[in-house]
Amino acid sequence: MSAHRAITWLRRRLQPLATVLLGAVVLSGVPAERGHSQDLVADLSKHLVAITTGFTGTEVLLFGAVGQPADGSSPGEVAVVVRGPSTPVTMRRKSRVVGIWMNTASMTFERVPSFYAVAASAPLSQLAPPQLRQRNGIGLDALNISLPPAKASPNVAQEWRDALIRAKQRKGLYSASVRPVVFLGARLFRTEVYFPANVPTGSYQVETYLLRDGQVVSAQTTPLIVSKVGVEATLTRFAYEYAALYGLVAIIVALLAGWGGYALFRKA
Amino acid sequence: MQIYLPIAELSLDVFLLLGLGGVIGFLSGLFGVGGGFLMTPLLIFIGVPPPVAVATQANNVVASSISGVLAHFRRGNVDVKMGTVLLVGGLAGSTSGVSLFKLLSEIGQIDLVINLSYVLVLGTVGVLMTWEGVAAFLRTSRKLPARKLHQHNWAHGLPFKMRFHRSRLYMSALLPLGIGFGVGVLSAIMGVGGGFVLVPAMIYLLGMPTSVVIGTSLFQIIFVAANVTFLQAVQNQTVDVVLALMLLLGGVVGAQYGSRVGSRLPGETLRILLGVLVIGVALRLLYELVSVPADVYSIGVGA
Repeated sequence: MSAHRAITWLRRRLQPLATVLLGAVVLSGVPAERGHSQDLVADLSKHLVAITTGFTGTEVLLFGAVGQPADGSSPGEVAVVVRGPSTPVTMRRKSRVVGIWMNTASMTFERVPSFYAVAASAPLSQLAPPQLRQRNGIGLDALNISLPPAKASPNVAQEWRDALIRAKQRKGLYSASVRPVVFLGARLFRTEVYFPANVPTGSYQVETYLLRDGQVVSAQTTPLIVSKVGVEATLTRFAYEYAALYGLVAIIVALLAGWGGYALFRKA
Repeated sequence: MQIYLPIAELSLDVFLLLGLGGVIGFLSGLFGVGGGFLMTPLLIFIGVPPPVAVATQANNVVASSISGVLAHFRRGNVDVKMGTVLLVGGLAGSTSGVSLFKLLSEIGQIDLVINLSYVLVLGTVGVLMTWEGVAAFLRTSRKLPARKLHQHNWAHGLPFKMRFHRSRLYMSALLPLGIGFGVGVLSAIMGVGGGFVLVPAMIYLLGMPTSVVIGTSLFQIIFVAANVTFLQAVQNQTVDVVLALMLLLGGVVGAQYGSRVGSRLPGETLRILLGVLVIGVALRLLYELVSVPADVYSIGVGA
């Protein structure tokens, strides 16, 4: 069975999801074929996570197919890494000063993904050697968010790094566990990525890796946009671009509400 | 039913927010205070980032105060002249307060300062209020003579004397200006109107008659809170109108019922109840300051 037949089957199964997009990926992927048939094709059920008034978090389905090696061996394992836009993050550490806990030390990480999640079809340690995971940032322990060496000794830096990951996990922005990538038969795979209600906005990168014998055989990057839409987007833009007017409107709304309450209850 | 708050960037339950507004509104109507000292810690507790909680609560204070001041205006319980002098101090104080807030956020001490201000200010006010309430309660039952309207002290030697007819006072404008300034700073940092500080200050420091104290404090709080809202919106973009609107809807209704119940309870009882409530909030926040944190590391706010 060729990858194309597998994809035809997949398209039928996932018809409502993103037929057109998948078709486009398949067509553009054809000339890139190497030795054996298409190695890896993957796509998302949606390319925009829209934050609306009722937004409480959402799941995005990632699905795809891997090619069968000519020698009939196993097609390999799949790992998926989702990364939010990187920003600088300042971490603070409290210590006890005259009986009161206060922030007494701080450390700034220059580039920290605002969101990070990993899914894989096998335990990460079996998937690839540490160097490879380190290079591609597969797994929280391999995530490249170290401090500049000048700032802290390695073990102190490690403490700050662990603290940053814990803090992000408390906010639900770094997933604590590796989600499963499920194979449907030998070729087709799928996994879900969960985005919580407090997901940061911006351009995300979804990287899908096909690994065989501890080597990356094929990789694909799919963009994903997380954005406020409708009223939420308008209000945020208003608050940042016309800050003074926004402040005045907020005050007027408060005055009207206060006066309205008074007038309403005086009559009653 | 969840609603997404665009500035706070998280979603919360609509009925939780309406209920919170309603309960705090009820208490604020009952005691004649803005209720910010309860609302701001509660908002932070349910996950709203502290800068957003403080700024949004300032906007809420505008609404709850206008509702109250209109009722007091009708009864002639507002000393506009005294209110204006307090207000001049309050505008200067709150403007410095918003800048101070930004500075403290940058150096990572804003949480500490917010908590410490709450513990110190609420602790002091709560103890004084309860003490006064209990003393007044014992006085009425023992039929002891009430104390003088106010004592003369060093403050009466200050220059720039002004006559305040409605408050029946002749005193230096510097004292109300200073009080206004101090409460303005607190208002910006703690996200409160400052009524619970202003009211005792007006009674004990300025010696104003109790009848005009609440109306006058509400009068000046409206403008100070509006100033804080405006400055926070312009400098920090932290006013969340969706959150404010949810809290307002509940608050406006709650306040009306609260003031009805409040008018039926004797003053001393109200004072003791409010004192105990204030001490409770102060103790809760004190516990947070001295107990070992779950994680000594945290992500800096506003970095």
